[in-house]
Formats: sequence, structure tokens, C-alpha cells
Amino acid sequence: MLKCTSACAGCSDSLALRYVLKAAGPDTVLVVPACCTSVIQGIYPNTAFNVPVYNIAFGAAAACASGMSNAFRAAGKKTNVIVYAGDGGTLDIGIQAMSGAFERGTDFLYICYDNEAYGNTGMQRSGGTPLGAKTTTTPAGKTEAKKDIDAIIAAHDPPYQATAAAAYPQDLFKKVQKALTFRGPSFIHILAPCPPGWRYSTEKTVEMGKLAVKSGMWVLYEREYGKLTIGAQSKVAMKKPIPLEDYLAPQGRFKGIDPKTVEIIRQRLAKNLSKLAAEEAAP
Amino acid sequence: MKKIATGNKAVAEAVKQAVPTVVAAYPITPQTEIVEQIAEFVSGGELKSRYIPVESEHSAMAACIGASITGIRTFTATSSHGLLYMHEMTNWAAGARLPIVMANVNRSIGPGWNIWAEHTDSLQERDTGWLQVYVSTVQEAYDATIMAFRIAEHNDVLLPVMVNLDGFLLSHIMQPLDTVEIGDFIPPTHLPYAIDVKNPTGYGGLTGTEEHYKMRWDIERSMRDSVKVIEETEKDFAKRFGRRYGFTENYQCDDAEVIVVAMGTLGKEAEVAIDLLRKEGIKAGSLRIRWLRPFPNLKILKGKQVVVVDRDYSFGRGGILATEIMAQTKEEVFSVIAGIGGQEVTFEDVAEFVRKRRIGTEVWFGVSNNV
Repeated sequence: MLKCTSACAGCSDSLALRYVLKAAGPDTVLVVPACCTSVIQGIYPNTAFNVPVYNIAFGAAAACASGMSNAFRAAGKKTNVIVYAGDGGTLDIGIQAMSGAFERGTDFLYICYDNEAYGNTGMQRSGGTPLGAKTTTTPAGKTEAKKDIDAIIAAHDPPYQATAAAAYPQDLFKKVQKALTFRGPSFIHILAPCPPGWRYSTEKTVEMGKLAVKSGMWVLYEREYGKLTIGAQSKVAMKKPIPLEDYLAPQGRFKGIDPKTVEIIRQRLAKNLSKLAAEEAAP
Repeated sequence: MKKIATGNKAVAEAVKQAVPTVVAAYPITPQTEIVEQIAEFVSGGELKSRYIPVESEHSAMAACIGASITGIRTFTATSSHGLLYMHEMTNWAAGARLPIVMANVNRSIGPGWNIWAEHTDSLQERDTGWLQVYVSTVQEAYDATIMAFRIAEHNDVLLPVMVNLDGFLLSHIMQPLDTVEIGDFIPPTHLPYAIDVKNPTGYGGLTGTEEHYKMRWDIERSMRDSVKVIEETEKDFAKRFGRRYGFTENYQCDDAEVIVVAMGTLGKEAEVAIDLLRKEGIKAGSLRIRWLRPFPNLKILKGKQVVVVDRDYSFGRGGILATEIMAQTKEEVFSVIAGIGGQEVTFEDVAEFVRKRRIGTEVWFGVSNNV
């Protein structure tokens, strides 16, 4: 990734992408659907990325990558094909193409960087928006929970899937490198806090990601051939989490949230953590 | 080699000769036999392609796009709702200047569900930047598919090509087919802007107001250049394999006073009608439009009475082919809307359209008329 992108100040999408590209190396092609990243790369004839980037329509990234991967493999090339898509392009409009590509065993890495809303169109609600969060299309706060895309991916039984956060670059770097060693589809879900969308000040981007992990709202883990391993940072958080309010309070999108909704979030958080702990403990 | 085959099988046999590296397709009636046959060729090792059984037509075209930009040959096939479902990606394929070849088996559009022949599906793709050819026999389906690869990949064109054949009326009927060994008829694929990791390039990103229209113009420039490439390709095909094609197929047009214009199998049906009319002393001819994009020169229609038979319609405007022809010739036509949703139209019906023509009017066969 080159210097001077069109990213917003404090953007953790571009932060994460820097580490993704570092880990992937030069023999890599990015496939990018409509999302913040298609803005960050700049305007023709410029590009901020030092690898080829193929832009494709919103719902088509995984299918496009599927064709590309097959073409490279047919030509005997090992080139990494990486989809880099937002939560809208993954959880919503792109889910069918993604499910198909995973079911077909496509040799690629699908990365979803998740800022929990449609970012470049001005923060409208997506399937990734959490319960209670205000967006421009949920001005009173979202009344539904975040879609569990990781469980949906797990149902496809890929060789490797992981969660990561832009706030933990070393962990992200290692996971990208590891994902690219597997043949077949792999998936990494990156939490990417967004200052204008989540309504916090730009210098708090890394802190916001850390608060998400420390509160247990975001869990760092890997699932390798179906076997779950929870990351050390999340293990700490599961034993001794910081109060949920410490994560919600600094974010303008949760301002004025109903205490009953906070209780529901707390219960869902506890349920998710115990579910993951039970899965990891299972023989 | 001479054999008997359906239109669908003929397309698959042509694909076998062209050897695309990637075929990505989704099944839809009446296209299924094309993809089944290709899958069988691949599975049996007769065709060295990768067959990607995608989960939708949108993904079929997206996969062809992703494969094509690496610089290899691609193919897909679809029909009707499948074509409309991939509409976003057909635009992308042309805008991205990718020489993808697709067979479309023309079929009507629901509701209600109807699997029979109609041209409204591909005509809704008219403005996407795809070259479009319409065929009328099994042999022509085969020959046009082979030529489509060479035309699409020619470096003066680099646009996708759609080969259209009528659902069931051609896709499922058996006719003689003479297959050929194409040798070097289609040169190796060379995409000048194929992805190269050593030369990192951004494709299809944000494009400003001062650049976008230039890229659109470039599509039109290549569309115009494709005329010569089509002529050269058809000429070379005739030289090598003995079968001659053109932008239109003209049957007894030279001395004709009235000319029937149609596409696909209706165009062949019209030729039989012409024989009938000639016996009655009516100086009739038939002009079958083969290439819809780029649109042919129709000087031959100058000063003739024209009967256009449309197996399609643009609501609120008229028969799409009739509209195109009136725009080009600046002359009124007798516009007959016939064959929609597989409505049966025989050569006797076409002869009757000619006998009872009323230039400057439109009729819907079987509905609003006395023909």
C-alpha cells in the first residue's frame, strides 16, 4: 500500500489493509467490490495499492475471485487471490456469491473488514450493524442484532477461518499469512472501527478496537479444520472483561441507548462467549 | 465431420473447438443441454477447460470477468431470466473490455412462466456494449460460436459477443451439423491489459467526469471497428470451411418489391414464405438480420415495402426490430408482432403478413388485426 490514500482520518480499514498486503506479499491480486476500499484506492489513473486491484460490482466479489483463482491455477500460477470486502458486501448483497464460492472450495482468501454499516454511502444500517446502534437509516437505534456471519462461514466448513481486529496488527498479520497457506477457501473477519460512523474522535481508532476485544464484544479466534482456538487477548477478556459500558459509552452511535437494550446486548454477549468457550473445550 | 445435432449440442461442439480455459455457467431451460454437454466434455477429458458450476447467472458472468482479466479465454451460456439476472455483470464485462463469449438461448420473460422462444431477453441487453449475432440453423449456431471467439478477442474489438439462438425452435431441434477442426482459425488469446502482478494496476476504480465518457466512446469506437473484423472473420471462415455468412442473410431481395425482415428461426421461416409468394406472382424477398450489434447497413431496403416481424416488444414504443429499422432507413414499415412466448408462426402466416400488409401500421398477430 502506498502513502497518501483517500481514506478518512483514523480509518481502520486502511490500517488493516496495510497489514494484509504486507503479509500477503507482491504475488497477490485484490478483488474489491463497492465499499470504502474502492474509494481509498484513489481516482483513475491513480491507485494507492502496490498490487493489482480488480474492482467489481457490489454483490459479485467472491464470484469474480472464483473465476480469477481458477484461471490462475489453470495457468499454474500460485498468485494469492484476496477478496477485500466490507460488511455490506459480505453479510448482505455479496452473501450468495460468497456462499457459492466457499461451497465450491475456491482457492482464495476472503477478508471482510467490518465497520458495521454502509460506510462510503454515509453510514446506513447493514446486517453487520449491532443492536442499538444509530445509523442514518436507524436514527432511533437498530432494533435487530448483528448477523453472525462467522457461524454462516463455519457452516461451509472451510479449512481456515479467523477473526481479527485492526487494533491488533501482529495478530492480523500472522492470520493472513497462515490463511494463505491453506488450499481452498479461507475467511478472515476484521473488526474495523470507523470514526465518522461510530461517532468517536479519530485518534481513538486503535483504542476502540481494543475496547471491543477487552469487553468481549469482539472475540479473536481461529478455526482450523473446524477446531476452534481462542486468542490470548480474548481469553483474558473472557476471564476478566471490562464493563460493557466502557465500550459503548465513547461511541456516539450508542448515545441515549435504552438500558433494556444494553441488557439484551449484555445477555447476547455472555451467551456468545459461553458458546465459544464450550466449543473450544469440546474434544 | 457430418453428424445430426441440436442447436445446443452444436454450441457445445463449437466451444470444444475454441477450448476456453474457464467456463462458468448456471443451468436454465432451454440452455441446459449446452452446459451439460460442456461439463461432460470436461469430465471426460475431451475439453481441457475448468468448469465452474456457479450458484447464479450473476456469478457466472462475474466469474467469467475475473477469469478473463487474467488473459485467458472464457465462455458461458444462459437464457431469459438468467440473462436478465446477470444484466449488471453483462454491462461490467463490456465496460471492462473483456472478450467473453456467451450463448443465449432466446426465451420469453415471466410472469407467467413461459419457456418458449422470444427475443425480448437479449434485446434488453442491446445497449450494454455486447456484440450480438442471431442464428437460424444448427450449423449456423456452431459456425457463429466459433467465429465469436475470434471476433471478441481481436485486438481491434476486445468486447464480449453474444450468440443468440431460439429456445426449442433451434436449441432442441435436430439438423445436420458439419463439424470442423479449426486449426489456427482462432489465434491464441492476447489481452493487452491482462493482470500482471509485476505491473500493479487498478482496474475499474473510481473514474472522474473527465475520463469516464472517453472510456464509453472507446467502446463505441471498437464497436465500429468490429464491422471490419466481422467481415474479415466471416470471409476467412468461408475460405477455410466453405460456409459464407454476412451481417444479414438476403433471400431474393434484389428484384423484390416487398421484403420481410426478421431474426432467428423466423427469418428462415420467412424464406419458405417467399417461395410461396413468388409462386403467386408476388415479388417478395426476405432479409434476416444476423448481427444486431453492430447494426447492419440496410441500404438494400431503400425504396422497398418492408414487413418487419418482431418476436419481441418494447411497451409504449413498438417492435424493437421495427423501431431499429425505421430509425435507420427513415421509412415506414408494416410491423407485425408475432411469436412472443412461443406463439406458433408458420411460413403460411408470414406469407399472409405480406399479402395483407398495411405499411405504416402495427399489428399483433392473433390479437389486434386481420392478418
